[in-house]
Amino acid sequence: MGDSFSGPLLRTPLHALHAELGAKLVPFAGYDMPVQYPAGILREHLHVREKAGLFDVSHMGQALFEGADAIAALETLVPGDVAALGDGQMRYTMLTDDKAGILDDLMVTRLSADRLFLVVNAGCKDDDYAHMQAKIGSRAKLTRREDRALLALQGPAAASVLARIVPEVAAMKFMSAIETRFEGIDALITRSGYTGEDGYEISVPNESAVLVARRLLSQPEILAIGLGARDSLRLEAGLCLYGHDIDTNTTPIEATLAWTISKRRRAEGGFPGAAIVQAQLAGGTARKRVGIKPDGRAPAREGTEIVDENGTRIGTVTSGGFGPSVEAPVAMGYVATAAAKVGTRVGLVVRGNTLPATVASMPFAPHRYFKA
Amino acid sequence: MADLRFTKDHEWVRLDGDVATVGITAFAQDQLGDVVFVELPAVGKKVEQGKDAAVVESVKAASEVYAPLDGEVTETNDALTGDPALVNADPTGAAWFFKMRVTNKAQLDGLLDQAAYDSYVKGLA
Repeated sequence: MGDSFSGPLLRTPLHALHAELGAKLVPFAGYDMPVQYPAGILREHLHVREKAGLFDVSHMGQALFEGADAIAALETLVPGDVAALGDGQMRYTMLTDDKAGILDDLMVTRLSADRLFLVVNAGCKDDDYAHMQAKIGSRAKLTRREDRALLALQGPAAASVLARIVPEVAAMKFMSAIETRFEGIDALITRSGYTGEDGYEISVPNESAVLVARRLLSQPEILAIGLGARDSLRLEAGLCLYGHDIDTNTTPIEATLAWTISKRRRAEGGFPGAAIVQAQLAGGTARKRVGIKPDGRAPAREGTEIVDENGTRIGTVTSGGFGPSVEAPVAMGYVATAAAKVGTRVGLVVRGNTLPATVASMPFAPHRYFKA
Repeated sequence: MADLRFTKDHEWVRLDGDVATVGITAFAQDQLGDVVFVELPAVGKKVEQGKDAAVVESVKAASEVYAPLDGEVTETNDALTGDPALVNADPTGAAWFFKMRVTNKAQLDGLLDQAAYDSYVKGLA
């Protein structure tokens, strides 16, 4: 995960457009990706919260998971309730291992009873597909959709802007999908995202990606947004970043993702690490993922040690930075469960100094998802 | 006013008598992006050439600001604490970080002049 990939960098179909727009390109998960455009992370972030922004997330893994047994087969890999999805509904879940560690987090969309659409993290996709294929064998057919680009349109103006071009998106429920046309281009559109705002993710054929991106960028409300603002937006929204806030050493329960596991799946299990998840649901965990707000202005970055009022180490920051909408530093991390209650006073060891901070509820910036 | 000298770590320094004013370059602020936090040294702190003296943080990351010369901090620019974005707006002017009494002026000769720094930065692009 991240930028440790070696070898030639891959390019998304929008690479040349990013360069044309003046993006600063950096290696991310093996791709040469825009971290910011000339507006800069701060303005890009605020623009998404105020109007709407367009993100290239084509590096992420898109795949189809098909067959009469696809739903049941996928449930052997994830704790999410895939069977409860109706056509065109989607949910967030994770691939777990036998220790209930998180191999990746993903979006699962039911297109029809025998056809699921998956979106996984760029840095995990090769491992994810190998893992799924090995576990599933011939129970379902896994098809990588490397022929598809993925664009995220996020922000309060996203719906009105996209509805100018694809009117039916206005009526979509949050966490739903439609297979439609974007000015004649085959498009799979979900109302979802990674910013805490209303918005869409738009999957289109690679060869049409530039056209779709330009069409959206030509709308007055829309600004191109890089991965830098994507990270600060998701952090303010309290959303996990794989490889940082969740990984194989964290379980969904420690990560406070129990809300993604339905009553039926908790009771029935049947996914890797189910016994551990069930035991943690019943008996609790030694540590939990929490939000943290420093009292002062100094951001606490990933890896920052969290201490209690006696200076004893109780945890570690897993994501931290400055929240442009919160106008203050924000962080998330894992702390001993005894210190996980909102309002608990903690210390953050930044450059040798212990800075006062408080365990805070997340999201830091309120979610503004669309409610029909 | 004396000319600016530069380090390869993208600090600038202006020596006036034995007091040096220190900041980060326009190139540095552009690379960092929007500055959201600045940590300044305590007045009286002894600093060494090439060692940590201050911290500047953008939305994305934290970076050290190194002392360009040996000496002792005599004054800090508290305007930066309240308005870190000043570093982006006026890096070589209003957004100076600290002033220091220099103990080894000869070190200045080892720093880059404007032309040498410009060509050094060009090589980084």
